[in-house]
Amino acid sequence: MTTTSTQANGSGNTSAPIQERDRVTVRFAGDSGDGMQLAGNRFADATAVFGNDFSTLPDFPAEIRAPAGSLAGVSSFQISFSKHQIFTPGDEPDTLVAMNPAALKSHLSALTKGGLLVVNEDAFTSGNLKKANYPSNPLSDGSLDGYRIIKAPITTAAVAAVDDLGLSNQNAERTKNFFALGLVYWLYDRDLQPTLDWIEDRFGRLPNIAEANRRALYAGHAYGETTEIADAHVRVPPAVLKPGEYRTITGNQALVLGLITAAHLTDLELFYGSYPITPASDVLVELAALREYGVRTFQAEDEISAVGTAIGASYGGALGVTGTSGPGIALKSEAINLAVMTELPLIVLDVQRSGPSTGMPTKTEQTDLLQVMFGRNGESPLCVLAAKSPGDCFYMVLEAVRLAYQFVTPVVLLSDTYLANTAEPWPVPDLNQLDPIDVPYRRLEQTAPEDFQPYVRDPDTLARMFVPPGHAGLQHRIGGLEKSDISGDVAYSPENHQRMTNLRAEKIQRIANFIPEVEIDGPESGDLLVLSWGSTYGAVFTAVNDAREAGHEVAHAHLQYLNPFPRNLGDVVSRYKKVLIPEANTGQLRMLIRANFLVDAKGYNEVTGQPLSARQLTDAIIQLSND
Amino acid sequence: MVLQTPPLEPVESIIPLAEEDLNRKDYASDVDTRWCPGCGDYSILAQMQRGLSNLNVAPEKMVFVSGIGCSSRFPYYMNTYGMHSIHGRAPTIASGLKLSRPDLMVFVITGDGDALSIGGNHLLHVLRRNVDVKIFLFNNRIYGLTKGQYSPTSELGKVTKSSPVGTTERPLNPLSVALASEATFVARSFDTDPQHLTATIERAARHHGAAFVEILQNCNIFNDRAFADYTDRNVRDERLLYLEHGQPMLFGENKNKGLAVSATGLRVVDADGPDAGLILTHDATRPAPDVHQLLARCAYPEMPVPMGVIRQVTTPTYGDYLDSQIEVQKFKNRHDVTQLLRGRSTWQVE
Ligand SMILES: Cc1ncc(C[n+]2csc(CCOP(=O)(O)OP(=O)(O)O)c2C)c(N)n1
Ligand code: SF4
Ligand SMILES: [Mg+2]
Repeated sequence: MTTTSTQANGSGNTSAPIQERDRVTVRFAGDSGDGMQLAGNRFADATAVFGNDFSTLPDFPAEIRAPAGSLAGVSSFQISFSKHQIFTPGDEPDTLVAMNPAALKSHLSALTKGGLLVVNEDAFTSGNLKKANYPSNPLSDGSLDGYRIIKAPITTAAVAAVDDLGLSNQNAERTKNFFALGLVYWLYDRDLQPTLDWIEDRFGRLPNIAEANRRALYAGHAYGETTEIADAHVRVPPAVLKPGEYRTITGNQALVLGLITAAHLTDLELFYGSYPITPASDVLVELAALREYGVRTFQAEDEISAVGTAIGASYGGALGVTGTSGPGIALKSEAINLAVMTELPLIVLDVQRSGPSTGMPTKTEQTDLLQVMFGRNGESPLCVLAAKSPGDCFYMVLEAVRLAYQFVTPVVLLSDTYLANTAEPWPVPDLNQLDPIDVPYRRLEQTAPEDFQPYVRDPDTLARMFVPPGHAGLQHRIGGLEKSDISGDVAYSPENHQRMTNLRAEKIQRIANFIPEVEIDGPESGDLLVLSWGSTYGAVFTAVNDAREAGHEVAHAHLQYLNPFPRNLGDVVSRYKKVLIPEANTGQLRMLIRANFLVDAKGYNEVTGQPLSARQLTDAIIQLSND
Repeated sequence: MVLQTPPLEPVESIIPLAEEDLNRKDYASDVDTRWCPGCGDYSILAQMQRGLSNLNVAPEKMVFVSGIGCSSRFPYYMNTYGMHSIHGRAPTIASGLKLSRPDLMVFVITGDGDALSIGGNHLLHVLRRNVDVKIFLFNNRIYGLTKGQYSPTSELGKVTKSSPVGTTERPLNPLSVALASEATFVARSFDTDPQHLTATIERAARHHGAAFVEILQNCNIFNDRAFADYTDRNVRDERLLYLEHGQPMLFGENKNKGLAVSATGLRVVDADGPDAGLILTHDATRPAPDVHQLLARCAYPEMPVPMGVIRQVTTPTYGDYLDSQIEVQKFKNRHDVTQLLRGRSTWQVE
């Protein structure tokens, strides 16, 4: 095999002047078959190696293959990278790469005024224009005035670059995403090497395809270098991150790593019962590939079975976990309630998506909070946690497992589509620095008294004496019928039911004594507190800082523990004249805060299927601060 | 990947036996039974305790998981571990338990409504997967606990509380469902033949894989004498076919009748007549479930009602496959959590 590609190394050996910028946001958009997710992920990798902080936002259609060129089939990937630490994938892209008219149509409105538009002019055929409902060609009718445009013949140039490799037409055209990527690498001065390595790793066994992708990448890069593109060559200097070893991570990957690590720290066998559902399926898929870690994945016949098997595994003494999204939680409710009544440890992952019903499966929302809090019959308290960033999913899994065993209770951990798919740089944790996780039943097995009774409780945590089957002399029966305090026998007495109802609630409340207090970023009291939870952390953090820069004194507190709330939360929310709660729902945390603390919290609510926009939120904060 | 086929082992090699000789009392808890006087469940409980004491597995190594229904109260009365779970879901809990604790012997107690109505999906899949759990379906052809509504095994036209002028739906045949679900062990017995029931329970417990046993159980309150036409002592010989693997399918007072293949299924032939040579020999281990399905379909009054082990084939369980995958992958691949945390590539920030 001979390589005749143009040599380019991306280190900026070009005559065009380079501008420096603090932060840039790029969005790749194309047909679902155009390989935009792949291009975006490669860009993220190159950006990681370069040393920027970054955050990504993939957005894809629910249909696997919507008709080619259609509006329904547009898939996009946004990445924001910066010389500073950043917490969101950016609101409006500075640069939009549109691989066809449908992509342009769907995403142009997001592009900053005067932003840079890279279009594949080859794709602007009359057929494609029609599919995107363009009455005339926007590339020539003046409607794109006000943007800087690079019209590149991406398809033909890519095909030309791989001309002599003997590829089928289709395969030759497929390389166009690498051409586009090469061009964007030139624009943003990225090194090609990480991508070349990746191509070798991925396609090494198909040397022709590997070579084609390499050539398209070089050709795109050379296109940028040789074409006069004014004001487009931009460099974002590396960020100053805490020293250490980093990797990229998405929320779903972090859940997987968290579970494996929790199993390691507890020395329990991991059992994961699940039924495929977007956006939680990846957790099942990735865990299934880790049999060597002793992981038992079980693809159940439905979500009821998925949680049932996890409960069975937990009852047997394994680390029983089930994972799903909102519709699956609905199916699991009755069984989760069984775990509440039998007081068994159980981890439930809810990677929330847009609802109601099937809703928008690939879009994000924070709309399951009240479902997991209250969506079960009877008084059914359990512990609810929420991760605030992709990497935080890892640490919150460890928290969920710690609390599930310490308190012998089901714990629901909320993530969402946005966290699941968003990638960010993540300092690799040192396994030896992580706190051990105690599994009290191991001690009980040894120390259980002759007259063992399964509902005797620990005086501090109120956790019951949970002992898995297998121990001679400790045989007992548990179940969903009301339990008698202490003995665990079936009981119907009014006093006992009242007592057990109180005990179950009190047990969950006592978790508050074993979790951190909520921290306040900003003034300890004053005019305005912005209170957030879950995946909106980045957007809210950014918006609060922007409002401060605009001269407003704003405090921010973020909740990772939703049930119970941190001990000091009631006090905190009462120290400010105004409380603003931004959520990607119509006000679920706000309802809880109002009900618990009688404060007149205001909401900032967006239910669009997209993550909150930091810019609009900044405006809302400033407005409330001025009120 | 081709599945690894591990060798099959006898029950005793996986689940430890009790050290001393146990008897049925060792398996009985001190909880007062709460079934109606005369309920068939009492006999099943007694035979279960007897059958298990023959096995001599230590009670602490046994777990009874049940759903909801009169039948599902069963675990409370066993001096084993147990979970009285939720309606229809016992197979799921039992599966998760058995897969993470192969050292336990796991039983599912369920009713006709529990297993075939609300839990139908789970029954299908636990059998298909051949998870090593023993399922006992107490079929009284009625919803007992909710006081007498028809069930998925109630006969068409049956008058019950929820079908005052008769049902308008056809019943399921539990054995057919089990066979169609690829069950590796399928048997039937009934509450009023203690010896047969004890032996059937014991065989099911010894099976390596998912075992399914339909137990005809009389609900004397809401569906009294549902099976009396063929299980009453004075008619049993004539109307029941006691199956034994390797034995000819004979029944009748003096074993004077037998079953042979007909153009449309099975037919009754005279054991002393010209077709005696055509009488089938029962082969429970036959891989194809064809004759087993024909047996399952034999119903009173046209045909004798089969009792005993209809099918027992050996094939690796879900747990066998899963455990061997874990072993193979552990042998083949590195498994170091620190390495996993680092992922495919990392970079250093100075
Ligand atoms: C989710 C749910 N739906 C309905 C019920 C009410 N329920 C309890 S037992 C039962 C039927 C039981 O019938 P079967 O399984 O035949 O058991 P049997 O009482 O006859 O032994 C029903 C409908 C319930 N407990 N849970
Ligand atoms: S209602 Fe029927 S099945 Fe239930 S306990 Fe009474 S007799 Fe037995
Ligand atoms: Mg019944």
